[in-house]
Amino acid sequence: MEDEVEAKFLGGSPSVQQGAEQEHASGLSVALKLLSAGPVVILIVLLVILTLSVPNFFTPRNISNILAQIAVIAVVALGQHLVILTRGIDLSVGANLALATVLGALMFRVTDNAFIVMGTMLLAGAAVGAVNGLVYVYGRLPHPFIITLATLSIARGLALELSIGHTTMRGMPATITAIGGGTSYGVPNSFFVVLAVAALVFVIARYVVWGRWIYAVGGQPDAARRMGIPVNQVLVSTYMMSGLCCGVGAIVLSGRAEAGSPLYGNLLELDTIAAVIIGGASFLGGRGNLGHALVGAVMIGVIRNALNLLNVNLYFQLIAIGVIIVLAVESDVLRNHLESRMRVKQAGALG
Amino acid sequence: MSKPVLEVRGAHKRFGAVHALKGVGFVACRGEVLALLGDNGAGKSTLIKCVSGVHGLDEGDILIEGEKVAIRTPAAARGAGIETVYQDLALFDNLTPAENFYCGRELSFPRWLPRGLRLLASRKMNSEAAAVIDRLKVKLPRFDAQVALMSGGQRQAIAVARAAVFARKVVILDEPTAALGLRESRKVLNLIAQLRDEGNAVILITHNMEHVVELADRAVVLRQGHKVGEIEKPNRSNQQDLVAMIVGAE
Ligand SMILES: Nc1ncnc2c1ncn2[C@@H]1O[C@H](COP(=O)(O)OP(=O)(O)OP(=O)(O)O)[C@@H](O)[C@H]1O
Ligand SMILES: [Mg+2]
Repeated sequence: MEDEVEAKFLGGSPSVQQGAEQEHASGLSVALKLLSAGPVVILIVLLVILTLSVPNFFTPRNISNILAQIAVIAVVALGQHLVILTRGIDLSVGANLALATVLGALMFRVTDNAFIVMGTMLLAGAAVGAVNGLVYVYGRLPHPFIITLATLSIARGLALELSIGHTTMRGMPATITAIGGGTSYGVPNSFFVVLAVAALVFVIARYVVWGRWIYAVGGQPDAARRMGIPVNQVLVSTYMMSGLCCGVGAIVLSGRAEAGSPLYGNLLELDTIAAVIIGGASFLGGRGNLGHALVGAVMIGVIRNALNLLNVNLYFQLIAIGVIIVLAVESDVLRNHLESRMRVKQAGALG
Repeated sequence: MSKPVLEVRGAHKRFGAVHALKGVGFVACRGEVLALLGDNGAGKSTLIKCVSGVHGLDEGDILIEGEKVAIRTPAAARGAGIETVYQDLALFDNLTPAENFYCGRELSFPRWLPRGLRLLASRKMNSEAAAVIDRLKVKLPRFDAQVALMSGGQRQAIAVARAAVFARKVVILDEPTAALGLRESRKVLNLIAQLRDEGNAVILITHNMEHVVELADRAVVLRQGHKVGEIEKPNRSNQQDLVAMIVGAE
């Protein structure tokens, strides 16, 4: 047998092979690349079209508006993305965020110390996340859908109960209103919050052992166990991280509104799951990077904003987002199909 | 036969009503290939999963170099120097070969942090994985692609190479050639021989008598959870005895 080593190390190009088989395979790989670049390309095209066709779209004021509007979706979508990487889902994000703003508002009545109020919101978010993770893992539930659906209901109910009938609980410490509603150099401060959370999640996913474990657990949970990864801890901590992101989202939203409310975060689970999927991550787990969640969040924000500027009513916006989700999921299905075709071709080419 | 590096004594394992192992024992020695044979459902995979820490034994002992060890988790088995190539490979399709090699025992720093919070030493893992791929003469289309995009033989080779990265005492392979064609089987057999020559005790589960005759220094046969026989130096003349033991026709 031929023993020369053909392996190309570290970023090397694929070994050159002759024949139609290989050409076909490279055609597939181009199609695959296009599909994975799809969301970014679509976003750019969308921005160009909207700039040219919608008056007042590409103005500093409106861009700053969009950034502020997407901040909450983006931050929570980043946490949602980690959960989806593990093959899970967090339906409780909206209710979690609402509960956190209510608890924050209640704490503000006790103290106007911004750090204590922020700490309350972060802790509340992480605590709901911990409940999700712990019950899912140690309650041996077949799917996190169930527990996060339950906490969706519980957290929303708690938020309504604790706010004793007030739909808005006015008042937030100045630091929080500055974070949520202020601007620096014309850029909303909340945008910097998104950057900070994105940077953190990026580092975790790329450079930290925990992040590698998240990908491994999502890719092949059974193998992860046999390879000695503490799967249970990874899952619980991931749901806690998603909850923590809800806490951050709560700070941003209650700061912008200068209030807490049990009604905040309505349909946030839809927006964040949509952002992750539209951005091009996979429901099959273990695939995609956080860029997907960000691109998806921006896309949703941009579409909403444009539809607003065009005076399209809210009902149609919901329909539009739903249709886009279906298209995005279909492209994920197509991508997986192409990948398995490609695998077969490669196997053939290498004999 | 040198001093055994792994010994299993009186192993029992039940899954509810199924009594999968009924007092099985065997030894494995360095520099030797032990074939573990038996029909479908005989208990081979169960036995090696107990040794690999996937299942706990209900009764019986596992000894490493003469010392009793408690192997309750896969990590414990690996810590004791036992590497396993599972029947389903247990690869992560979404990761690269190098990421697969180190998954679950990443090289990381700084040491004073809890393992999960440490930073990945990616460059080191990549270069060491590349060295192993090189040493084992495994051919891959590219080293930085997801394992999902590789062929059955390449995936098998990656799983074997992963065991080779960490192999110190025992390497167990559960039907490593079952899904492979002739050429790819040949490559995996060569890898097995290489692991043996590097001083590991190799335990090979297979249904292929040709491979047993070619590679095995000893063969242990299981039938319905019992150990029904052991043959030294399986060869073409005693191959028939082995087959008779496996199927149970005397
Ligand atoms: N996790 C489990 N739960 C219940 N029964 C099991 C489990 N694992 C194995 N068994 C049973 O134990 C017996 C032995 O199975 P095992 O997988 O060890 O066989 P095997 O010798 O590896 O067979 P094959 O050659 O088909 O891989 C079978 O009857 C099987 O159904
Ligand atoms: Mg088996």
